[in-house]
Amino acid sequence: MKLGFGYGVSHQLTRVKSPRYLLVLLSILFFSATAEAARISDLEETNVWEQMFRFFSMRDDVVRTALLGSVFLGVSCGLLGSFIVVRKLSLFGDTLSHAVLPGVAIGYLVAGQKDPFAIFFGATLAGILGTVMVNLIKKTTHIKEDSSLGMVLAGFYGVGIVLMNRIQKLPTGTQSGLDKFLFGQAAALSATEVWMIAGVAAASIVLVLLFYRQFLVGSFDIGFARSLGLPAGLFHYLLMMLLAFTVVVSLQAVGAVLVSAMLVIPAASAYLLTDRMHRMLIIASGFGIFSGVLGAFFSFLGNSLPTGPLMVLASSAVFTLSFFFSPKHGLVSRWRKRRSGQIRIENENTLKAIYQVRESYGFAGEGVKVKDLAIRMNETSDETLRRLQKLRAVGVCDLKEIEGKPFAFLNPEGWLRACAVVRNHRLWELYLTNQAEYEPDHVHDDAEIIEHVLGEETVRRLERLLDYPVEDPHGKLIPSLADLQRSLTQGGLDEKTTGYRMPNR
Amino acid sequence: MDTMSTWSQLIPEFSFQQVFVEPWTEFLDPFIWIFLMGFFVTAACGFLGTFIVWRRMALVGDAISHSVLPGLVIAFLVSQSRDTLPMFLGAVGAGILTTALIEVIHQKSRIKTDAALGIVFTTLFAIGVVLVSLYGENVDLDTDCVLYGELEHVTLEPLSSVLGLFAAPGSVLRMGIVALLVVGLVVLFYRPLVVSSFDPGLARSIGMSPAVMHHALMSLLAIVVVSSFEAVGAVLVIAMLIFPGTTASLLSDRLPVILGITLVIALLGALLGMHFALWLDISTAGAISTVIFGLFLLAWVFAPRRGLIWRALR
Repeated sequence: MKLGFGYGVSHQLTRVKSPRYLLVLLSILFFSATAEAARISDLEETNVWEQMFRFFSMRDDVVRTALLGSVFLGVSCGLLGSFIVVRKLSLFGDTLSHAVLPGVAIGYLVAGQKDPFAIFFGATLAGILGTVMVNLIKKTTHIKEDSSLGMVLAGFYGVGIVLMNRIQKLPTGTQSGLDKFLFGQAAALSATEVWMIAGVAAASIVLVLLFYRQFLVGSFDIGFARSLGLPAGLFHYLLMMLLAFTVVVSLQAVGAVLVSAMLVIPAASAYLLTDRMHRMLIIASGFGIFSGVLGAFFSFLGNSLPTGPLMVLASSAVFTLSFFFSPKHGLVSRWRKRRSGQIRIENENTLKAIYQVRESYGFAGEGVKVKDLAIRMNETSDETLRRLQKLRAVGVCDLKEIEGKPFAFLNPEGWLRACAVVRNHRLWELYLTNQAEYEPDHVHDDAEIIEHVLGEETVRRLERLLDYPVEDPHGKLIPSLADLQRSLTQGGLDEKTTGYRMPNR
Repeated sequence: MDTMSTWSQLIPEFSFQQVFVEPWTEFLDPFIWIFLMGFFVTAACGFLGTFIVWRRMALVGDAISHSVLPGLVIAFLVSQSRDTLPMFLGAVGAGILTTALIEVIHQKSRIKTDAALGIVFTTLFAIGVVLVSLYGENVDLDTDCVLYGELEHVTLEPLSSVLGLFAAPGSVLRMGIVALLVVGLVVLFYRPLVVSSFDPGLARSIGMSPAVMHHALMSLLAIVVVSSFEAVGAVLVIAMLIFPGTTASLLSDRLPVILGITLVIALLGALLGMHFALWLDISTAGAISTVIFGLFLLAWVFAPRRGLIWRALR
């Protein structure tokens, strides 16, 4: 059986293009699951470091079961959570985790004791009933989905609370340990329960690998999935089924109230870090394992602390980090990107002003008097100097004193960029007046914004559309970049000639 | 253990005298407060909930009710007292923080609103649970209260008299005031509330600000959820918020009628819930939410024109 399993996995891996990571992950899981047990009886330590050592050396059975449980839990929560996050079903996990409560109680009552299989069965049944009811309410009434999710959540939970209250009043009920199902205690996991968690994790991994494409297409484009002839509904229910199993086996470790967090938070953190689904699945599982182990560890350190909230806090910490520092979607990198965009726009405005000053002198001479530039930009000379220093910092401008007066000189690259900005501005103005029929005195503000974002491709199309114009609506010349570039390459970029040949002249 | 005896023990003996007569005669004093508290909570939540449900904010209520917990605990740890004011400030602060965090995560990253909601309230709730586990004995808030409330505790409070007219436990009085406030504000601002709930475009065009309405409603929701927290806990408050409004909307199309029905449902829920809780010896909040869940199921199946049976026959 194991052979067949391994074969199926490696066969599928070639299709999802991320074989090595998953294989490593799998082998780690199976290795740790079959690791040899070592018995130790010394349970007297109180020192934190010794506790840590005890935890990580995994000498105790309790620690090992708790740890294994959290690892498997992290994997299945991360995998399925990724799908529910991209399917915008995040709150469905919350509903499901509360709705299984009456099933847990009834399973307990039927078996007459805390039998993991009876509880698993009852909870799954309640979870399915809850799912069906959410869909039925949506189909047969005008009640919206969020309300129906809330109704099933609270209604089932209330029934569960009533049943659990009754069980606690039974002569056998006081030591039932059912309250562990609300906040979770990983240390209270039994070996059977860990194997059940492992089974669900294995089933999730295998099914996700087997039906990766089906799940993927169904998650992002239901219409496309249908057009391919995929039974999208079937795969949706398969996913929901796996989700229900995961929630049910997680109850003992994380607790009903917070299972949804273990589904949503690691997946959402992974969502911030990558744009590819298979990477998201792997990262989310990794985060799930990390939070699970960390939660189990802190719960072990402080004896009375429930595991669920600690796991959630660990995963929230991971989320906070990726929220701020994700290389692509993080707040900090976004902020830096925007900041550098603002600096670029400011520099381009300076370049444009230099162009305009030179234009007002008929492009005579090379440099621009800082004082002229300050008058042009409507600011003091000091402010203009500061602007120019920023330009110098990016290496497109030189500042020199001639006869005691400061002058700014653009190097060829800077001049090229100045021409490009002016060209963008004037082309856009022309486009607005000629094609979009704006009045010529209404187009300037719009062009002020668009000049910084027009791409080379768009500029080419604008030029073509306007039939390679020479003048803007205000009668000023539009520098054509193609000519300019030619003149520059002929002259050599480093060579400072006396001004640049203006095209179209 | 014998399974059959478990089942028979599950439902205790029923005595009409004890369950239905005594609460209204001999033991009127404690039970009238439980009944009133249940009624006020369900009425306030249900009345406001009608609008919350319509504006698709049902799960925001869920989020606020969970994140109230750390607010309460921190307010207690800071002020070292169980006075109403610091508790209330802490809880409302937590409610505002929740909505703000959801907005920030939603706007500043590519996380969708539903996931942002799921992240924020579970995190805050987890902080709350850890704080309760660490300082529980000082805070006098146990996890049971968080999970299903302690409505019965109103009977342990000393009575405080109002203007010398009558005397009632403080929390019942407070909840009564909140319920009156909710009903009063809804009646007073009925028109803008309806317009902004059903047609935000029209509301904007006649000079109303939907944002102001939204924030006002959120604040009212926070106040109601916070005041109900100790009575019904973090989760069951969702039942009180959603069930009356949705059940009523299955029975009528007219908003004034719907609002009236929510009050009837609150009355029935509190009454039957109290009796069931007394009979079965269970948490009153759990009993009330089960009763209004049952009422919803009945309406879903039997409602004229909208019920399952009616639809099947048509």
